Amino acid sequence: MSELEHYTLTINGESRDVLDAWIGESLLYVLRERLGLPGSKGACEQGECGSCTVYVDNAAVCSCLVMAATAVGTQIATVEGLNEDGSLTDVQEAFVTEGAVQCGFCTPGLVMAVHHLLDHNDSPSEQEIKEALSGNICRCTGYGRIFAAVDTVISVRKGISS
Amino acid sequence: MPVFIPSSLNEATQLLSSNPSAHLVTGGTDLMVEVNFNHRHPETVIALRNVPEFQLWNVDHTAGLVHIGSSVPYATMEHGDLATALPALAEAARTVGSPQIRAAGSLGGNLGTCSPAGDSLPVLSALDAVVHLQTSTSTRSITFAEFMVGPKKNSRLPDEIITGVSIPITNGWQGYAKVGVRNAMVISVASVCLAIHDGQVRVALGSVGPTIIRCTESENWINSVGLENVDHSLAQEFGERVRAESRPIDDHRSTAEYRRHAVGVLATRLLLRGVQK
Repeated sequence: MSELEHYTLTINGESRDVLDAWIGESLLYVLRERLGLPGSKGACEQGECGSCTVYVDNAAVCSCLVMAATAVGTQIATVEGLNEDGSLTDVQEAFVTEGAVQCGFCTPGLVMAVHHLLDHNDSPSEQEIKEALSGNICRCTGYGRIFAAVDTVISVRKGISS
Repeated sequence: MPVFIPSSLNEATQLLSSNPSAHLVTGGTDLMVEVNFNHRHPETVIALRNVPEFQLWNVDHTAGLVHIGSSVPYATMEHGDLATALPALAEAARTVGSPQIRAAGSLGGNLGTCSPAGDSLPVLSALDAVVHLQTSTSTRSITFAEFMVGPKKNSRLPDEIITGVSIPITNGWQGYAKVGVRNAMVISVASVCLAIHDGQVRVALGSVGPTIIRCTESENWINSVGLENVDHSLAQEFGERVRAESRPIDDHRSTAEYRRHAVGVLATRLLLRGVQK
């Protein structure tokens, strides 16, 4: 039996203690099962689906592939922290209005990926959008409505339409 | 404490020296798949994410050499100065997993795991990269061929940490091509890196043998023919010769026959791209 660990992570700007954890636990597991942050979804557990996407030091990564105990000292951001007051972000609003949410399982990861893209590039090409979302799998929508939601956010942010 | 997060190279090598069975991890994208599926149960981990030396890279055009620290993520190799200096590495980096994986994964991980399917490894082989290793008391630098000795086997000693690689810049074309079951986010079924330096071709194969295979016989043949004479039929023959040097197996991802076919096609294609025909 491995020794259990106590450590502190910084999540959405807050210090969160993780107690009696096994060192092999993924950040996804710790977020969902230990810290009450179930927004990040677990599906493949091997970095293929992107539904667990979070930011670690501003890089969008799969939380299922981050060993949580090694993330001490990093800044972790999850979908729960996108808007401090818990209201929908413009990306989330666009997902709703464009019908980009069907079963909803992939949505938190996609929302994180879209925010990450548009926060670094306000005018991505179609190719850049597809590339940026290539690590997020949706089995419902066929992606058309997701791309429409991205286009809506780009237009709204540029003030082209409201 | 079973998880160590050293903040200097010296601290990291000291920790490994006292804990030689520890798992070394940077992004975790490889190790954590095995942990999540209960194939590995790490007891002690040394996380290298905070060692500044491992995150450094530079392109030295005067020396004709690129240095890439072992924790530099693939995302950094896809664009910018690294991609300009090493286009084949940029192409290989872009085929690694998804953007999320490329934000975390690094050459240190590919080298540490040393899978014949590691996307960056044919590039390191074809470009004659040198791997740098360090202990708490010594350093050594070895060629990629000396480093990779078998499937998932390398010559890293238990107390050594891979600090980075040095990659000579070629003065000719270089490229990388990979076949998988689909275009995105896939483990390679066959891959080829071809580079030209001083008019001489070098070619290395991934996923078609126990290690990355440098096709020295095919290289010698095409270099004796002369690149200026390459046409479509000579490129086909080059592909045949590369095919003959591959040593693939049947496994759950593909058959040996298909892999043999695929590396030949890729080698022919890359050679024609290299000579712009």
